Amino acid sequence: MATTYDKIATTTLASAAATITFSSIAATYTDLRLVLIGTSTAGGGVRLQFNSDTATNYSNTQLYGFPASAYSGQETNKTYCDLSVFGFEVTNPCFISTDIFSYAGSTYKTLLAEYSGDQNGSGGVARIVNLWRSTSAITSMQLSLSAGNYKIGTTATLYGIKAA
Amino acid sequence: MSLILGILDSGGAAASTSSYESIASATGTGSSGTITFSSIPATYSSLQIRCCILASASNEFVSLQLNSNTGSNYTRHSLQGIGTSAVADGAANSSSINLDGNYWGLQSSYPTVTIIDILDYASTTKFKTVRVFNGQDNNSNRGQVGLCSGVYRSTTAISTVTINISGGINYTTNSTFALYGIKG
Repeated sequence: MATTYDKIATTTLASAAATITFSSIAATYTDLRLVLIGTSTAGGGVRLQFNSDTATNYSNTQLYGFPASAYSGQETNKTYCDLSVFGFEVTNPCFISTDIFSYAGSTYKTLLAEYSGDQNGSGGVARIVNLWRSTSAITSMQLSLSAGNYKIGTTATLYGIKAA
Repeated sequence: MSLILGILDSGGAAASTSSYESIASATGTGSSGTITFSSIPATYSSLQIRCCILASASNEFVSLQLNSNTGSNYTRHSLQGIGTSAVADGAANSSSINLDGNYWGLQSSYPTVTIIDILDYASTTKFKTVRVFNGQDNNSNRGQVGLCSGVYRSTTAISTVTINISGGINYTTNSTFALYGIKG
């Protein structure tokens, strides 16, 4: 059987950064998985854009829990994917995993994101489906924040998953 | 300060893992609402199926059957976010595992994406537990995202997985399904 789960690229920040970009992504795989773990300077929400598209081509539906109830929300015609619902916390590391399906295909692109961010009395957990209304293959992606920078030590890793 | 990380066309500095392997894949035909993976070897610890689904018509649902068993041997629970609220439901003694909780359903232009994990699928002494994470958004108030757990009450090793659409509609040719094996 072929090996199909590859680490494409990874970075651990040596200095604070407002964005993290993966570029020149080859259309070699079936799906992508983006994993982010770390902290930020201002607790801003985690955002993702594809192919430098800053237009209102993104939307999402959310399921989240804090501290004792479950909620859902939706956002339409956004300029970015929302990967967190909650903020990327200042002190305790947050973990985000995002699966990007058929990223090289000619249909709209749908993502499943998992957010885990507990803050000993605050924070929460979320599952988010994002849509990017583009039929272009994804060749680059940029992580950003609604406020502040990713702190030193934050790690972002992009994996490729290839079907037989 | 921004960080830009380039990637080589070759896939960069790939760090391959041999514990996650592709077993088989399939695409929709446009004339069938059934995808079947059969003759699955019992050589892994668990299975993962990744689906990106577009349907020939809207508002139908996807379900899972194992080993072609159509008896009342399945049960499930679902937790879904449907935009306005978080909702939960369940079903016992069903003839399949509904993967998306019967809310907004499939779309023809907006992919429904699903990750199905079948744990300890090759056991001959345990019932089989299924975990599902799925979602669909269409830039309206009819998106959904959620989790589902299911049990197939059989101790037979799973060698066949079938993914069906309700309502007699079909998977479009843009639909993709991939079966992976995960070693312990």
